Amino acid sequence: MNAKRHSLQTFAQLLTLNGFSRLGALGLGAVGALLPMQRLQAQALERESEDFRALFKSLTQSGRVTLERVHVSIPRLADNGHSVPLKVWVDGPQTPADHVKRVVVLSERNPRPMISNLQFTPTQTRLEFSTRIRLNGSQRIWVLALMSDDRWWGQVASVEVTESACLDASL
Amino acid sequence: MTARILLPPNPKVGVKLDIRILIQHPMETGFRHDISGAAITKNVIHHLSFDLDGITLFSGELGTGTSANPFLQFSVILPHSGWLQLKWVDDEGNTGTERVLCNLSP
Amino acid sequence: MKKASFLDPTKPSGSDSAHSISSPGLRGSWVCFLTLTYLLLTSTLHAQVLGGPGIVQRSLMRSGISFSSADLRATQSDDSLNPSFLWIDQGQRLWQEGSRSNTLDHPSCAACHQDSQQSMRGVSMKYPRWDKSTSRLINLEGQINACRTQRQHLMALPHESDELLALTALVSLASRGLVLSRTLDDDLKPALSRGQSRYETRMGQNNLACMHCHTQNAGQHLGGETISQGQPHAYPAYRLEWQRLGSLQKRLRACLSGVKAEIWPFGSQELTELELYLSFRGEGLAIESPGVRR
Repeated sequence: MNAKRHSLQTFAQLLTLNGFSRLGALGLGAVGALLPMQRLQAQALERESEDFRALFKSLTQSGRVTLERVHVSIPRLADNGHSVPLKVWVDGPQTPADHVKRVVVLSERNPRPMISNLQFTPTQTRLEFSTRIRLNGSQRIWVLALMSDDRWWGQVASVEVTESACLDASL
Repeated sequence: MTARILLPPNPKVGVKLDIRILIQHPMETGFRHDISGAAITKNVIHHLSFDLDGITLFSGELGTGTSANPFLQFSVILPHSGWLQLKWVDDEGNTGTERVLCNLSP
Repeated sequence: MKKASFLDPTKPSGSDSAHSISSPGLRGSWVCFLTLTYLLLTSTLHAQVLGGPGIVQRSLMRSGISFSSADLRATQSDDSLNPSFLWIDQGQRLWQEGSRSNTLDHPSCAACHQDSQQSMRGVSMKYPRWDKSTSRLINLEGQINACRTQRQHLMALPHESDELLALTALVSLASRGLVLSRTLDDDLKPALSRGQSRYETRMGQNNLACMHCHTQNAGQHLGGETISQGQPHAYPAYRLEWQRLGSLQKRLRACLSGVKAEIWPFGSQELTELELYLSFRGEGLAIESPGVRR
């Protein structure tokens, strides 16, 4: 769906930047449609800020993030960008042997991509938390969970954020 | 700064509890401007921690991406009754604490 | 609770005055003329308040929360999720605060009014009201400040300050769930008429009257949002746009900004009269204060 479309565009753009002709890029883009979509790094990163990409890489040590176990519930269309309810839960029991050490919520397009960085201790129940976040326009957010075995798991979600209909310039 | 720590009614030992936290704070991003055009200085709660009788349950950093009047709900199984304490500090160095006695029934 | 109605049963009814028609002579005719004129004026005024292009029919009245998302409804309906309760907590503390200086007593609100949720039940919906001592319309915020300055010997609280919002929210909370109903005193009629006129008059660069959006197009979309009926019963409200609690007058100012009209100051006659009209227009809705809105 959208992820697929993003990936095709990215692939074509990257090739164009490297000096291929447009026609060549189109042709390769068509070929790209046949490639399997697997790796996180191949997915659409073309619209997010530079800061997000750098932060993402430094957090995960440019390692692999598996898009499983982490679940995200966020409205598809936000009431207002100032306060968007976000719920996160991670499969697994939260025992001393196997628990979520850290959850990071990242924004692709906010001026500061780090929304929150929370450390958890084993609480004997599935890790679940809810919060309210600010989103600077329609974008994707990433929720990354670092487990006790130092593996990253994660999830990505898209949110549409519209501007307020009536500008309130009163103070 | 006001804060609220809310527990479900009749919390029990060994049963999952959803604890809700709400802190009154503008979480000023630093991107807004006042009427004269000057930028309003960034001031957010950048660190908070939550513990039961001093044992940390969670802690972490928040940023400007967290909404004003930060809200957090998280699930926990508490091993025993005790004081739940929330502590936070913002960019200006203001600190706040709020605590509530959690009495668990067996 | 018995709803008060527009028609005040203590006023002389039309049928009593009509008997004067049978009185012969010039004086009788003059009394008849005056009475009929009075009736005409009052009936016209009642027609203006009960009718007019700005009102919503009682059967079609809807709270703003019904135009909102499920998330917003959940946030308003649960006191542990509703951020307004940060101000309610503050209000509870302020309510109890009293002090003594060397020369003056500063009694707390509780000293006179005891438990706010008992004593203030039904009180917020009586505002704005006509204050005979100052011959002015006074809203709830004005009344709280009048109490502070005159009875508590304290400074008035600034408009939209956390403290004033906290006390307004606390008093309004006491009426939550009650059906908004107003009594039309004679003193209120001129102000009500002016408030209604403002609601129906085009203003600002966008040249829109309140009624164009909130009566004629309520339920339609403006941008990505659904236009509400502009009802006052959930205020003070935590508005996501403001990220804080705000008064009804703050919301009205936001609308004035939206149509690029002159933004009347807090506590101004214009805003208070509009508040008055909205409170009559909104009769029949259950109070939701402190609400949550976009």
